[in-house]
Amino acid sequence: MAMTEQEILAGLGEIIDEVAGVPADQVTPEKTFVDDLDIDSLSMVEIAVAAQDKFGVEIPDDQLKDLKTVQDVVDYVRRSAVSA
Amino acid sequence: MRLSDGRSGAQILSFGGYQPAKVVTNDDLAATVETNDAWIRSRTGIVSRRIAGPDETVADMAVAAGGKALAASGLTPEDIDLVIVATCTPEAQIPNTAAPVARRLGICAPGAYDLNAACAGFCYALANASDAVRTGSARHVLVIGAEKLSQWVDWTDRSTCIIFADGAGAAVVGPVTEDTAPGIGPVVWGSDGDMADKIFVKDRNSFIFQEGQAVFRWATTALHPVAKQACERAGVDPADLAAFIPHQANLRIVEAIARKLGAPQAKVADDIVTAGNTSSASIPLALSRMIERGEIPSGAPALLIGFGAGICYAAQVIKVP
Repeated sequence: MAMTEQEILAGLGEIIDEVAGVPADQVTPEKTFVDDLDIDSLSMVEIAVAAQDKFGVEIPDDQLKDLKTVQDVVDYVRRSAVSA
Repeated sequence: MRLSDGRSGAQILSFGGYQPAKVVTNDDLAATVETNDAWIRSRTGIVSRRIAGPDETVADMAVAAGGKALAASGLTPEDIDLVIVATCTPEAQIPNTAAPVARRLGICAPGAYDLNAACAGFCYALANASDAVRTGSARHVLVIGAEKLSQWVDWTDRSTCIIFADGAGAAVVGPVTEDTAPGIGPVVWGSDGDMADKIFVKDRNSFIFQEGQAVFRWATTALHPVAKQACERAGVDPADLAAFIPHQANLRIVEAIARKLGAPQAKVADDIVTAGNTSSASIPLALSRMIERGEIPSGAPALLIGFGAGICYAAQVIKVP
């Protein structure tokens, strides 16, 4: 069964908490990684790797650079999970 | 045909390290390229690094580290019958580094060769040394990792000049005695030539290039299974490791592998903070300094893992001398 947006957001919150130490409740859809959450490009790679383990969706480096907000990642995971 | 008499196991008798005198801080670099201390610290963990003087060669540093390891082993130069220098920055293609270095250390007519597995070089050389002792090809081996990366760095390229540095580290390997357990576990090694274009120097007029993000992704996903496998093959539970010494590539990589390995008791090497990335030298250099500071007890199990250009990687468990 496909994951809901809420499930993806919750999972992403857990990942970001573990990788970057940002509390999950601060991981809301409109937040940008760089400016709002202070997450750098290396942490983004770690988030992408953890997201692959959790959601089974691969986010290659060339796609990763276009994902600016939490919502962007949620959308990417949903799209990829649907097409997979 | 007769075969040589082998030994039941090999062990590391001593370590030695050498760093050039010149300290280059992040602020020093910020004065010449567009970067700053906070950025470098957060992305790499590096605060300062050592850079060799213009006349200081890879061989000079190899001799310095090798001499210290030899002195600490309690052996004499006559006892050494094989010298392996792991380096990807040799002074010349011909001759090799190992033979003249051995000569300068007073080691008479040993087997002598260089080995290039980039940042994995020390672990590869250690595996060769262990095998040579076990098969009887050598009795005592001097293994040296030495690099002068500064001469292959573009000092106007802020993505690489903040990372790479110079230094050397060495170990003396010998046979175990009858009543001691082996001190060098089975090596787990491999390579992935599909990633040869991620870290390279194009030709002798070019500088080192690294695709940082791709290397970071690979290192933080592919290596902890290799590390776990090395523990498994040695019969050592990661929970029992006293120390974990990964190649000092980037503190973020070091911490990610350590986290995924799960070795709560292990002191994790963070020598990169003041040494930078010294490629094949980083593991023995870090170990020699940890032993000097009394951070890891003699006889304790430690896990080493080297990884770098090629891509090449190798890991083994050792007993701290």
